[in-house]
Amino acid sequence: MNHLGFDIEKLKIGSFDFTCCEGCQLQLANKESTLPEFLALLDIRNFREISSERLDDYDIALVEGSITRQDEVERLKAIRAQAKVLVAYGTCACFGGMNAQKNKFDKEECIRTVYGDKEIDTMQESHKISDFVKVDYSIPGCPVNKEEVERIVVSIATRSPISLPKYPVCVECKQRLNTCLFDLGEVCLGPISRAGCDAVCPSGKTVCLGCRGPADDINYDSFVQLVREHGLSEDEMKEKLAFYNGFAEYLNHEG
Amino acid sequence: MKVDFNIDIHHLPRVEGHGDIRISVRDGKLVDAKWAVVETPRFFEVMVKGLSAERVPFLTSRICGICSISHSLASIRSLERAMQITPPETARIIRLLAMHGETLQSHALHLFFLAAPDFAGTPSAVPLLQSHPEVVEAGLMLKELGNELSIATTGRATHPVSLVLGGVSKAPSKQRLAEIKQMIVDRKPMLDKATEFFKTLTIPDFVRETEFISLFDGESYPYIGGDLVTTDGVRRDENDYLAMTNEYTVEFATTKFTKVSRESSAAGALARFNNNYDLLHPQAKAAAEAFGLKPVCHNPFMNNVAQLVECHHLVADAEEIIDCLLDDDLRDIKADYKPRAGAATGAVEAPRGVLYHYMETDENGKVVKGDCIIPTTQNNANIHYDLHALAEQALAQGKGEKEVEKLCEMLVRSYDPCISCSVH
Ligand code: SF4
Ligand code: SF4
Ligand code: SF4
Repeated sequence: MNHLGFDIEKLKIGSFDFTCCEGCQLQLANKESTLPEFLALLDIRNFREISSERLDDYDIALVEGSITRQDEVERLKAIRAQAKVLVAYGTCACFGGMNAQKNKFDKEECIRTVYGDKEIDTMQESHKISDFVKVDYSIPGCPVNKEEVERIVVSIATRSPISLPKYPVCVECKQRLNTCLFDLGEVCLGPISRAGCDAVCPSGKTVCLGCRGPADDINYDSFVQLVREHGLSEDEMKEKLAFYNGFAEYLNHEG
Repeated sequence: MKVDFNIDIHHLPRVEGHGDIRISVRDGKLVDAKWAVVETPRFFEVMVKGLSAERVPFLTSRICGICSISHSLASIRSLERAMQITPPETARIIRLLAMHGETLQSHALHLFFLAAPDFAGTPSAVPLLQSHPEVVEAGLMLKELGNELSIATTGRATHPVSLVLGGVSKAPSKQRLAEIKQMIVDRKPMLDKATEFFKTLTIPDFVRETEFISLFDGESYPYIGGDLVTTDGVRRDENDYLAMTNEYTVEFATTKFTKVSRESSAAGALARFNNNYDLLHPQAKAAAEAFGLKPVCHNPFMNNVAQLVECHHLVADAEEIIDCLLDDDLRDIKADYKPRAGAATGAVEAPRGVLYHYMETDENGKVVKGDCIIPTTQNNANIHYDLHALAEQALAQGKGEKEVEKLCEMLVRSYDPCISCSVH
């Protein structure tokens, strides 16, 4: 393949899923208009969801999902050993994701509620993949934003630096000329969440729940202040902060 | 000649989630055939406990990356019924259009990218890009049309943002609706192209009688709410979903199995078709006739054809819905409500079949109990028993290991199973 006059080798890529909804992988098949060009960059070696072919010589592993069972740790380590570059793909892989909402319940209670007496193997917590292996790049989002994925994959192919937006969702929300949801009496996590989704939730008139995790250098204390000034519920704020597990370190912080 | 072999397909490819096919044959006789689901559970029924009702649809949509709109709407329907909220008519229609978009993209993904390679003998759809570029292109364009419908109505194709309790938080603009209507007109010929292509494929000849379960209201082809019916003549109210599911656990799977009147039953496009044939759009009926598909059809491989027939219905119906919305002022889209205690079931027809969410709320609008029963959970037992019957039939016809293996893989795939969702 040729990019700006340079010959680029196709990226040998593998895609692997752990505990998740597989929505992030599916984004690879979306944006159908650019899909054939995007596929032209890739040599898909292992992608169980769309192909029966399983080859183990991939350079880049896209890893989706959180880790909730011991056998997943072994499989993840084997993938890490093979991959030159390992990408945490989506909020489940980056932060443990909404799966982590089970962490507040005792695992025996979880099993009993869903399965009764049947024995089920599961960990107490839903883990992000960096709890077990080194992660080279993270692409957050629930689901990931296909445009961002295309941009990052092209950057890897052309060996250009990779970066995520450092600023919060509010910046993109303002660019879209939305009415701020705080003015409509709702707690929105836009002021502290990392942009890059084009503020898709507030643009649909629902609050940001922070699926992309914290933006760089957030001012958490003034965010709490903002919630208080608007007379909004701090319990609701906490429920939202806990939603995708991206703000775990802030949750018990007194603002 | 007596043959001995074991088939052990670990993590069946081209399906969503992790399931294994295990078959053993001794002296040419089938000893065992299992559909072993090894997926990790996520415990959604526990996660909803204590969560505010308004947040629940955003959580449960994450049960599935393919049919997140269905999960969102099943939760919304159960919670609206539990808290006695009546969404405005305009919101009801917008939600229906969103469901159509989701089903179209899901069926297109399955038909062209997961199932077609089996029939063409390729490992994925990528080689089809060379051999049948116009078919892959038709598949992509139909899938994109589905996604565009979902994006216009819910803000995003996967994990909707504007489906909320009480209605929708934002209506699509008229300009966007008009654009999508044009897209439908332009892309209708793709459906005919797909039909021509699928007519050239050989559908395996296999029949195992089963009980098909779906929603039914006698007025329109089913999508959101209605009575629960089966081809064995059972009819129940939506809130009686437990009588239609009877979940039980098996030692070799992390998913549960269900049954109604027989050892197993099936949900999905073929089940909807079998129970609601008369309510299909005439264009869809014509497509069914082209394949010789008639109710009640007991060949599970025909589920692929039923999905294609439904694509015809969806596209024709979506066009009519858009006309309706273009005549509407799109202002009355969300009802106000106060939290209250209650309990109810919300049933919707997800792309893969009838999906139940049951929710109980307290007077503060927090969920105290949840139960979700996914279509694939209802299909797992049927897949399991079908595998047994299919392997036996293939052996009796003198088929060897490779042929049995291929047929079994195709059979499981024809259900379009969503394994990771069935373990939830
Ligand atoms: S991050 Fe979200 S979309 Fe992606 S796999 Fe996890 S739950 Fe699904
Ligand atoms: S709606 Fe949310 S993202 Fe938008 S400006 Fe307000 S706080 Fe920021
Ligand atoms: S607005 Fe917030 S919750 Fe929505 S996609 Fe962006 S970061 Fe995620």
